[in-house]
Amino acid sequence: MSSTPAPMKLRESPAFKVALSLSIATGLYGVSFGALAVASGFDFWQTMVLSLLLFSGGSQFAFIGVVAGGGSGVAAMTASALLGLRNGIYGMQINAMLRPDGWKRYVSAHVTIDESTATASGQSDPDEQRRGFWTAGIGIFILWNIFTAIGALAGDAMGDPKQWGLDGAAVAAFLALLWPRLKGREPWAIAAACALATILAVPFVPSGVPILVAAVVAGLIGWFSHARMDEGLEPDVDPYAEKHQREHGGRK
Amino acid sequence: MNLWLWILIACALAYLTKLVGYFVPAKLLESPRIMHVAGTMTIGLLASLTVVNAVASGQGLVLDARIGALVAAAVALWLRAPFLVVVISGAAAAALLRLLGWG
Repeated sequence: MSSTPAPMKLRESPAFKVALSLSIATGLYGVSFGALAVASGFDFWQTMVLSLLLFSGGSQFAFIGVVAGGGSGVAAMTASALLGLRNGIYGMQINAMLRPDGWKRYVSAHVTIDESTATASGQSDPDEQRRGFWTAGIGIFILWNIFTAIGALAGDAMGDPKQWGLDGAAVAAFLALLWPRLKGREPWAIAAACALATILAVPFVPSGVPILVAAVVAGLIGWFSHARMDEGLEPDVDPYAEKHQREHGGRK
Repeated sequence: MNLWLWILIACALAYLTKLVGYFVPAKLLESPRIMHVAGTMTIGLLASLTVVNAVASGQGLVLDARIGALVAAAVALWLRAPFLVVVISGAAAAALLRLLGWG
């Protein structure tokens, strides 16, 4: 078994094809991140550094979302770091699956995100897992950054962000990140409890802090409840949704 | 300049979190409790960020065009629209409501 498959083989690999289409779909919405970041007051290079170095969609949106709402840099950093905790779990899963060694560990850590983890864990053959993880990880990294730059430049040229409804775009983006994780009753209850805690906290604490109050509420629920342990931890994409539908004849 | 500092710290923490998964013995992270907390926190933070961006204005709560964006996004998600379409629906709803003079 070779770990570097021939190009012909690669084109026939299901994991490669899935990872490629996922890369294009995910990369494209880098446009919305770039435009929103600039509309929230970040300059071009701050926006690019977030996409190049932070590289985790949810955390990036969280960082600019807190700042856009008038929150401090500390609050933005904290919200982004807490939202990135799940990537540590993904790292452990990918490490167990692919066993990267040497410098590859450091590279694979950087591209350990929802999408690359989902692509790899949807395959059972180790070679396919490897192709899926690296294709999605590197593909999304490249396209996400190209489209972030396009969005940032376009956002700069757009003038008043409110006129274009960009604040509404941010609301939609967060709901879209949350939505796929609301499978079952407990996630809905957690989301509702945290939304309520946020609304109650807004008038009493500085901007940005209500999000951290919600994080504490969510953490306490997680610590003391004894429900399924992988709630919210299934990556927020299902690259194999169509396949599942074909196989089981219903929505997943 | 201050913002740059927090951006770079956030980047460092994001990378270290990912890296921890590769170096910490699996036994440590595989504790059901830690995995559950990481999961509930993801849901809680995203719910909170949705709400803050929809109704908070500084320390006040307001109902404006952003509520329209929330509803439009929910409908788009319910119809299983892809991410970018959901985001554009939200922007379009907010822009349209403003054009009509609300919020």
